[in-house]
Amino acid sequence: MPPALPLDEAGQYVAGAYVVFLLLILIYVAIIGAKVARIQRQVSELLELTEEDGPEEGRSPSVHARPDAESQHQTAGLEAPRR
Amino acid sequence: MYSKGFRPIAIATVLLTAVAFGLVFFYAPLDGDQGFIQKIFYVHVPMAIVALCGFVAGGIMAIKHLRTGDRSWDMRSYVAIHLSIILGTGVLITGAIWAKASWGHWWLWDEPVLVSFLIVFLLYCVYYPLRFSIEDRDRQARYSSVFAIAAGAFVPINFVAVRLAEQITHPRVLSQTGGSLPGEMRLTFLVCLVAMTLLFVTLWKLELTSKQASMQLKRLRGRLELRAEERAAMQASR
Repeated sequence: MPPALPLDEAGQYVAGAYVVFLLLILIYVAIIGAKVARIQRQVSELLELTEEDGPEEGRSPSVHARPDAESQHQTAGLEAPRR
Repeated sequence: MYSKGFRPIAIATVLLTAVAFGLVFFYAPLDGDQGFIQKIFYVHVPMAIVALCGFVAGGIMAIKHLRTGDRSWDMRSYVAIHLSIILGTGVLITGAIWAKASWGHWWLWDEPVLVSFLIVFLLYCVYYPLRFSIEDRDRQARYSSVFAIAAGAFVPINFVAVRLAEQITHPRVLSQTGGSLPGEMRLTFLVCLVAMTLLFVTLWKLELTSKQASMQLKRLRGRLELRAEERAAMQASR
């Protein structure tokens, strides 16, 4: 068994090992965080669309009064956030 | 579904990891032979144990999937294997750092523990191309489960084979005479092991929650698109 490394040299290796561990966890959490943020953004986009859609659902006669405008708006709105 | 109990587990993980780091650097004594470099042991070994257990757990979840046909078990198995691969990467890197400091080499090809862990790691690296080369979701889940079971069974066999092999350089941590750690070192090691296990469970739940939310969002978007198409078709027919 070779003699133990002096503290200053051993410290670099130990710090390296712990930094690798922390970096792995941080990168992983950052990637998951980015995914969650994207999901949140898409949910709020969908929510906006359904809220715009909501009041018109209740009064169906007026929806039918402007059919083309609404369908174009919905189709465009739904396709825009797709990734 | 997966986020149940996430917050207490996450808080416990953060607290226990902080305690574990404190114990490693302020409580555990320096090793007589290796000195300060032995501190790598407290991150390297728990990571290796949890990674290997994660692979086995992935296999058990895959069995559940094949028995019940419930796709959520396949997702659980996939996330467990995915996390174990990440921890496995950490094991290989921290092990190489420790080997360089302790033995003067980054890697030793004649050491069964190192090579066997690399074989297990590379075996599981095949899981990704296998899984994502299949487009049909049911077939993907089924084939991935079969792979996870076969590979999961290989892990304990591999572990026993390594124990039976001749020890060259790498110490056998969980050997029959392996209870020789001094009390403070053993306590520190056990706290680190529990902290690593909690970290695994926390990250597993986090990724599952994110995947479930993503799938629910896709389903919702699909339904809304279908509704929009139906409405457009109705309006066109009028």
